[in-house]
Amino acid sequence: MPKFLIDEKEIEFQTGQTIIEAARDHGIDIPHFCWHPKLSVSGNCRICLVEVEKMPKLMIACSTIASEGMVVHTQSEKTLEARNAVMEFILINHPLDCPICDEAGECKLQDYAYSHGEGESRFTEEKNQKEKHVQFGPQVMFDGERCISCSRCIRFCDEIAKDPELTFVQRGDSVTITTFPGEELDNPYSMNVIDICPVGALTSIDFRFKARVWDMSATKSICTGCSRGCNIDIWVRNNEILRLTPRHNEEVNSYWMCDYGRLNTFKNVNAETRVDCPQLRREGKLVKVGWDEIYAETASRIKSFAKDEVAFLGSAHATCEDNYLLVKFARTVIGSGILDFMNHIDPEFGDDLLKQNDVAPNSMGAKLAGISPLKSGLNFEGIIKAIREGKIKALYILEDDVVSANPHLENIFAKLDLLIVHSSNYNNTTALADIIFPAAAIAEKNGTLINFEGVIQRIKPAVVTIDTDRALDGMEMSRLDKFGTNFDRWATGVKRDARASWKILTGLAGALGHKMKFNMAEEVFSEMSNQIEAFKGLDYDDIGETGVKLNVKFLEQKVNA
Amino acid sequence: MEQKSVKRRKKDLSFLERIYIPEILKGLSLTFKNMIRPKFTIEYPEERFIPSAAYRGRPVLIEENNGDERCVACGLCSRVCPALAIEVQAAETEREQERYPEKFEINMLRCIFCGFCEEVCPEEAIVMSKDYDLTFSNREEAIYGKDKLLVPVNQLQDRIDFLRKYK
Ligand code: SF4
Ligand code: SF4
Ligand code: SF4
Ligand code: SF4
Repeated sequence: MPKFLIDEKEIEFQTGQTIIEAARDHGIDIPHFCWHPKLSVSGNCRICLVEVEKMPKLMIACSTIASEGMVVHTQSEKTLEARNAVMEFILINHPLDCPICDEAGECKLQDYAYSHGEGESRFTEEKNQKEKHVQFGPQVMFDGERCISCSRCIRFCDEIAKDPELTFVQRGDSVTITTFPGEELDNPYSMNVIDICPVGALTSIDFRFKARVWDMSATKSICTGCSRGCNIDIWVRNNEILRLTPRHNEEVNSYWMCDYGRLNTFKNVNAETRVDCPQLRREGKLVKVGWDEIYAETASRIKSFAKDEVAFLGSAHATCEDNYLLVKFARTVIGSGILDFMNHIDPEFGDDLLKQNDVAPNSMGAKLAGISPLKSGLNFEGIIKAIREGKIKALYILEDDVVSANPHLENIFAKLDLLIVHSSNYNNTTALADIIFPAAAIAEKNGTLINFEGVIQRIKPAVVTIDTDRALDGMEMSRLDKFGTNFDRWATGVKRDARASWKILTGLAGALGHKMKFNMAEEVFSEMSNQIEAFKGLDYDDIGETGVKLNVKFLEQKVNA
Repeated sequence: MEQKSVKRRKKDLSFLERIYIPEILKGLSLTFKNMIRPKFTIEYPEERFIPSAAYRGRPVLIEENNGDERCVACGLCSRVCPALAIEVQAAETEREQERYPEKFEINMLRCIFCGFCEEVCPEEAIVMSKDYDLTFSNREEAIYGKDKLLVPVNQLQDRIDFLRKYK
């Protein structure tokens, strides 16, 4: 491989790489605003100027192709001087908005002003005034004064979302961004421009002013909007999710996520409709009970049915661990092989970029964890038919609102003698249930999800329940979480009395006289990796933050089966 | 080189001190002097001490003449507060400043009257007042909301002048 020298360090590069790319591959960060690894090079911000020996002038690292034997200085006096000059130039018209700007704390301009700026302004004239409150689309607000004209947002719409909606107008220091006449910034990926905007010129209408970034904790997790499984950060303050942002994973979602996933997949966690304690139906009314009572009552009710009168529905919305324990519970504790799960396909949802028609996050995981009928057993349609015919009298549903997806089931489920549901929120299925177990939401538990390509990924708890503890369970902590006490209103957000489904199943198995020794999701996973071929040899550490692609052989077998 | 001498320790008394009488007289003369000096004591709460502008009493928010708060809910005071006494929740407003504090609470049990909030505020919206008599009988009462924190700007003018001069 060819090599060149950068800051006296020899690094290898691939032919055709630019200086900034090669440096980045070796952990050397050259300041940049307009350059983005996934967008075309535009070279207009000039902050990436570096000194290249034998070149008459400083070169922009984002568009200068690296070549054998080049000698580059990113910290030389000339480079630093140029960088300072560019910073001063950009700051001439930039308003002193940091205190009221949502980007503050994660702003490139702010960071570089600290590290590369002079700290004093020599500009005594009036700053340019531009429009500060322009709504570009349903989700994005634009502030003309803060914009540094890097064109990242324009290039994103043109090149990634493939829906040109934004453009520059005017020239010189009057240049600003606008939507094309008659257009809005409303493509399904529009909110990514908020993340890539290096300053606070583009802000999220949904999140606007909700919190300062330094008051929130960020937990690495996975979006549950569809089977792509985009990597995300969950931002939490006072035990409430305030926003989701995409996290880089080249194999899965690159730097992006869709607006649907960003806006809709967390709201159920904070919602009023949370099921927040175990409930039993007595004389037609749901009553709140304790955990011991619900385990005992469920055990005694479920025992009154014959094995083949009880059916189980796993869930493409639950983790692999939850589904695996449901299989184990059905087979070994109850002895029933009537087990399947419902697919959630929305042919309208998918597109060519990220979104998938399978709108449940873990269909592949449910399959691989063993949710499939035994030879003698019934599949989903078979189960419904058997309920209609009165052959199946009890149904156990794991975290899935099957009734909302198939409204005709309402009448059929009325025939059941016993309907047990795990659910995080009240919905049309819990409305029919005799027993409701409050299930921890995806953002409240540990576990794994497998996306449509067979990449197994970790989810981690970002929100605490009564059952978990932020400090003891090693969850991400913000400054406020670290120092808050029980007497601080800003540290005593709502905690629900919910448990992860695998844990509920363990408790229920115990009440039925089968001890299952699982205390952590990780232990369930380690049993799975011993028992199931597709997970062989894997553990949570291997999966890490960006997931592992499972062996294709197993995937194909399962998909075809 | 070393010189040998009996080192006099501080606690060793001289002869005059050891005979006690002169010392007693010295002490009593101080007592009598103070008996006839003018009094400093203020009969609080009937009489009140009014501190100078340099005094750091409880932090308050400035209310503009039109009744709006000056604060833009930037949360910098909350960030800098070493005692984590301040909670701010921002919200959007039509006013030019774009945001205002929907909720602004200072927990007076946490506050240590350091004045950092006043120092960091980019809007000169929070200042230390002259109010020092804070009483509450439970924790909830000690959390001051906007109703107690907002003080009209004309009542705080001397502190603002002081800050402009010395900050
Ligand atoms: S709005 Fe942001 S991303 Fe777009 S050109 Fe301006 S600074 Fe760049
Ligand atoms: S593409 Fe799917 S996984 Fe990715 S953000 Fe959208 S809904 Fe979430
Ligand atoms: S005076 Fe000090 S302790 Fe009190 S609220 Fe202000 S910053 Fe916090
Ligand atoms: S620092 Fe000033 S403007 Fe900012 S929140 Fe505190 S009082 Fe309001």
